[in-house]
Amino acid sequence: MELLNAIAIGAIAAACIYSLLRRSLLKFIVGIALLSQAVNLLVFTSAGLTPAAPPIIEPGMSAPPETIADPLPQALVLTAIVIGFGLLVFTLALSRRAIEAVGSDDLNNFKNTDT
Amino acid sequence: MNDLVIILPILLPIAGGILGLLLAKRSKIQSFIGIATSALGVLVAGLLLHTVSVHNIISLELGNWEAPFGISFIADKLAALMVGVSALVALGISIYSIDDLKASARSQWFYPLTLFLIAGVNGAFLTADLFNLYVWFEVMLIASFALMTVGGSKPQFEGGFKYVAINLVASALFLAGLGLLYGKLGTLNMADAALKLSQLEDASLVNSSAVLFLVAFSIKAGLFPFFFWLPASYHTPPIAISALFAGLLTKVGVYALLRCFTLVFTQDTSFLLGSIFVLSLATMVTGVLGAASRFDLKQILSFHIISQIGYMTLGLAIFSQLAIAAAIFYTIHHIIVKTNLFLISGIIARRTGSHSLKHIGGLYKTAPYLALLFFIPAFSLGGIPPLSGFWAKFALIKATLNEAHYWAAAIALLVGIMTLYSMTKIWGEAFWKASPNTTDTKKSEFGYSGLASYMPTIAFALITLGIGFHSQPLFSFAQEAAYQLLNPEHYINQLLSTDYVVAVTQAAP
Repeated sequence: MELLNAIAIGAIAAACIYSLLRRSLLKFIVGIALLSQAVNLLVFTSAGLTPAAPPIIEPGMSAPPETIADPLPQALVLTAIVIGFGLLVFTLALSRRAIEAVGSDDLNNFKNTDT
Repeated sequence: MNDLVIILPILLPIAGGILGLLLAKRSKIQSFIGIATSALGVLVAGLLLHTVSVHNIISLELGNWEAPFGISFIADKLAALMVGVSALVALGISIYSIDDLKASARSQWFYPLTLFLIAGVNGAFLTADLFNLYVWFEVMLIASFALMTVGGSKPQFEGGFKYVAINLVASALFLAGLGLLYGKLGTLNMADAALKLSQLEDASLVNSSAVLFLVAFSIKAGLFPFFFWLPASYHTPPIAISALFAGLLTKVGVYALLRCFTLVFTQDTSFLLGSIFVLSLATMVTGVLGAASRFDLKQILSFHIISQIGYMTLGLAIFSQLAIAAAIFYTIHHIIVKTNLFLISGIIARRTGSHSLKHIGGLYKTAPYLALLFFIPAFSLGGIPPLSGFWAKFALIKATLNEAHYWAAAIALLVGIMTLYSMTKIWGEAFWKASPNTTDTKKSEFGYSGLASYMPTIAFALITLGIGFHSQPLFSFAQEAAYQLLNPEHYINQLLSTDYVVAVTQAAP
């Protein structure tokens, strides 16, 4: 399972880098979205995939019955997904305004502030 | 009660920001809230500095979850000092922007966003949890994204998009490093991670995380191969926002580097600190050369941020107590001086109607006090004694020589001369040269500088003079902060119970 996840992460990251390096602004945003997915999957996988019970304590017990999955990486990934989603929405809105202001979605036309 | 002081620098700006958002339609009340919150922020930061200088290090466990499990906040001397200086900058910017934003009529979101930004910055300084650090970075980033593009001119969108793009990539790298570290250690608390890493036999496995952290923080700080976003974007927003970013944001990256590479990743120092050493020298040189090639005030100043960041990280790379104290002193000095230089360049632009040195001139004749006001931070940045920059460079170069890095010392001195060259270029062009008498039609667009513009610049100039003529208190405080950084057991023992520390150290083979 880890191997499968690792391959998936690599594939997503490769697609992400390809999109990031395109000249079109919207493809860049697709790249950013893929990047956050790849990283979320990486966090989730590197924390260890345990085929165990959910970390829930039964009523009346003080400890979970058997080996349980680590709940923290899931919480981390959830937070990261929410943050990534918010940033993605902002980036989309920004790119719309930027395309309107610059009059093109070709990143080659975005270099007037460099010099 | 003492512990609550830690969380106040975060809660206060958030509360002020929410209040400001609720009153978005009433710009007068909103700016009053912004300034009042920043002024209170200075008081709170002073209280925190006082508490920390009495107790050395204080911490707070949120929700009373014990340290390795819950999220902790900790204020050692470095964090308290950074919170203090960020509060000063926030107050100065809030007052300055009364004039700046009146001119451009964009005040509706400025104050709440600035307060959220400050909350994020303070949170990053005070947290003791790596994932929490990531969250505070994001708070800071989303506020800075909005500030960068508020107003919506074409260059702002162009520059802002690059800023957003590179920062999203940096955050992703940081998160990846964090996930890998959690996979290896099973903890995100910095003290716990430091403790567990110190028990680890083979440190090279952690280097993957360490390098991801290094790259992420270097992008934020603007170190050598990662700095191209900075001169492309920092000069585009209104000057008050540029000044806030120039003063504070890159230093958060420097702070994160200082924290992580003195506390968490201290095993394979020859590789990690060696990389930072080389990057620092390259940063200093490229930054100062970039500045020499520019003729726009804001762009020259932007490139100087980069070259000065190199000095700070050089202090970290040398890793002696004097060097780290010098890096901390340098950071504080640079935040104040650089913010001030941006604010003054705003006043100059309003007077002359341009940011380009080719269209400015004769200010020494027409505005001698402005010349004096510029002189102090500019030549402090160049390192002229007895201004604050001299002591910062002096301590750093002395530390370099102590550790026998003669080449680094030579490069640092050379970059200092080049910095001085840039400052004299501005001085010669903007102040001494006869006015080129271009049409002043654009003047009205920049507005008028009144008392609110001059007050913060004068205050920052006085602080620069104060640090310069009486550098001992700040420098000894920086030395104590460096001592704490180099002896992480203070940090670890403050957060973790002794039972836990003993259990971890004995569990290791």
